[in-house]
Amino acid sequence: MTRGIVANLWLIPVVPLAASLIILGLANSRRNAAATLAIFGQIVALALSILAFSLTLQPHSFRAVHNFTWFTFGENGLRIGWVLDPLAAAMLVMITLVGLCIFVFSVGYMAEDKNFTRFFAYLSFFSGTMLGVVIANSLLLLFVCWELVGLASYLLIGFWIERPSAAAAAKKAFITTRIGDLGFFLGILWLYSGSGTLLFYDDGRGCLESAALVALGASATFVALLIFCGAVGKSGQFPLHVWLPDAMEGPTPVSALIHAATMVAAGVFLVARVYPLFSFGAVNGVTPSLTVVVSIGVITALMASLIALGQFDIKRILAYSTVSQLGLMMVSLGVGGVAAGMMHLIAHGFFKALLFLGAGSVIHGCHQEHDIRKMGGLRGLMPITFLTYAVGMMTLSGIPFFFSGGWTKEEILHATLHWPASHVPYYLMLAGVVLTALYMTRQMIYIFFGTRRIASEGAHESSRVMTMPLIALAACSILFSIVLTPTWPWLRAYLTGERSQFDIAQLIQPMLFVSLALAAAGIGLGFAIYGKAAEMDPLERAQPALFRFLKNKMWLDELYDRTVVAFSRMAAHLSDWMDRYVWDGLVRALGGLGQIFGILSDNFDERGINAGVDEATTGTRDLGRVMSAWHSGQVQNYLRVVGVAVLALLILYAWLT
Amino acid sequence: MTPTLQLFLIVSATLFSIGLLAVLSRRHAIFILIGIEMMLAAANLNFIAFWRFSSHPQSPTGVMVAIFSIAIAAAEAAVGLALVIAVYRHYRTTNVDQLDQLKG
Repeated sequence: MTRGIVANLWLIPVVPLAASLIILGLANSRRNAAATLAIFGQIVALALSILAFSLTLQPHSFRAVHNFTWFTFGENGLRIGWVLDPLAAAMLVMITLVGLCIFVFSVGYMAEDKNFTRFFAYLSFFSGTMLGVVIANSLLLLFVCWELVGLASYLLIGFWIERPSAAAAAKKAFITTRIGDLGFFLGILWLYSGSGTLLFYDDGRGCLESAALVALGASATFVALLIFCGAVGKSGQFPLHVWLPDAMEGPTPVSALIHAATMVAAGVFLVARVYPLFSFGAVNGVTPSLTVVVSIGVITALMASLIALGQFDIKRILAYSTVSQLGLMMVSLGVGGVAAGMMHLIAHGFFKALLFLGAGSVIHGCHQEHDIRKMGGLRGLMPITFLTYAVGMMTLSGIPFFFSGGWTKEEILHATLHWPASHVPYYLMLAGVVLTALYMTRQMIYIFFGTRRIASEGAHESSRVMTMPLIALAACSILFSIVLTPTWPWLRAYLTGERSQFDIAQLIQPMLFVSLALAAAGIGLGFAIYGKAAEMDPLERAQPALFRFLKNKMWLDELYDRTVVAFSRMAAHLSDWMDRYVWDGLVRALGGLGQIFGILSDNFDERGINAGVDEATTGTRDLGRVMSAWHSGQVQNYLRVVGVAVLALLILYAWLT
Repeated sequence: MTPTLQLFLIVSATLFSIGLLAVLSRRHAIFILIGIEMMLAAANLNFIAFWRFSSHPQSPTGVMVAIFSIAIAAAEAAVGLALVIAVYRHYRTTNVDQLDQLKG
């Protein structure tokens, strides 16, 4: 039973992929068929995921792998396989569940789009490849799916390809993540040369198991850092986060999928998956590679939440919030709280999908308006969207007790506090929590409170097909907290393989009050600053220079434009020049040389060989003419010749003797 | 005048030359055949003469060779005449100047 399910784990990603292929083959007009097929594929994947999940519900840590040889070259076989463990199972359920909600929402959101079927094909493809990343038991298989996720994101971000900004954003996302993937690939090669295997778990021979780690030795740090490069690119960590806000050019369900279930989750998942590489040789829980992870995470989290304060695009704010939350997860992984990080990733999947779909509903209601300054007072016009959005906002802000995000954030703060290396990340994370609450409050006030502005005119609540997923995700965000409380830390126990205990006394933790106080402070501060209706952003009025700095995303894009992009442009110009004048000249010179040789050999042919052959043929022909004259066909002529010859021989004989 | 070898050889050479002349100059195929027969007769005469004036005139070797030769000449004449008839049937002529199919 167990073996059979694990061996057939590949069905989970393959079902959405197959749905995607079939939808691609459908005619453009068969919208219902496409949507039904995509949603059906997602439901099947969800059912299979729950089946696999139920298998991992065991008191001890469960891990089952199914490995097989992909192909053989020489003496070595390349083996890949799938793995089912709590990490993978939890991710599978989260991805398929969130994916399902997003798929259903898309039916309403994309109803007017002319490329409806293609959109669902891409969505299914996206979901399937991400599921492939999760079940992979080989770094190579993971990398393949990882790149396919990148491709899917490229296709979906640039879905409205007729917009130049969408095409540019798709390109930016693809190229930026590719920079990280270069490091990732080098890490894979290094790992393979060091340990001789790319399988994660292989009965003690996998690259995450102790024998291989010992063989790797000190180079494990470098391998881990190179692999982390890939995670930095995919999960939008500083300094490769620039693509993520631009990815807002895609349709909103795509943003939800990228930010909640797929793409960015892949980076955090990757770090969690290859965690033994990071933690190998840890002294007191600290390794150089983990310190790098923590630093990058802290920088990203703070920077992104600051930038979010200066944005006016509803989706961009959420995008920066994703970046900062991912930074938070990285910090959690870095300080050793793998379970806390993964819990936050899963909780984040639910509430960020909720927020994005809510934003989609707002945008849909406001006639494709993205600027929050033009909205306002939508509370009464879109009650369901408002309520669900408020749930998402409070979950993201980290209000404990009722909202899952609060518990997971508390877990992360707890893990950060106990990091032996330094307390700096802890205090910075506290600041990050306040900032998160602050920018979310700002957004809420702009959109739903205050007076109605231009875009609010004629705004309406979205249809049922769009509000139902919102309600479902809001319910998930709240209900999910049941398994997160310290009273019954079921999910943490499940992920770490410990036994969970029900202990009501654990409910009240000091950290809980800290995080509650911080979130409340942030929200209170938000209401204090943004509560009064004002034409201008209060922060802009108070600190114009600082606000410009934040609004322009700390000029990081400009910085990259001046440095990296300018450098590659210069390099491109240089190679163009080299091509044009140096290499081209060389090639032309070689060509000229060839031409001269050609002329020479042509002359030789004409004058030497041809003339010789001509001479030989004319000679033969003339000789033939003479000879044929001799062959008159007259028997007597022949005889005459014979006679004369005999006579001549006789005379010769007589003369010689 | 006693018969000597030279005398026989002169006669046979004359006979051969007459035959050769006939073969080379006559246009009619039958005459050419007759010329060939004359040359063969000259050769036979040589055989007999050389045998008769050799150191062992007792054993009849020369006669036997000559008889063989005559038999072969008879066969050859038959084949030659048959050829002439065949050629005549085909070309309606026995004039060898008009028969130039051997060329080429």
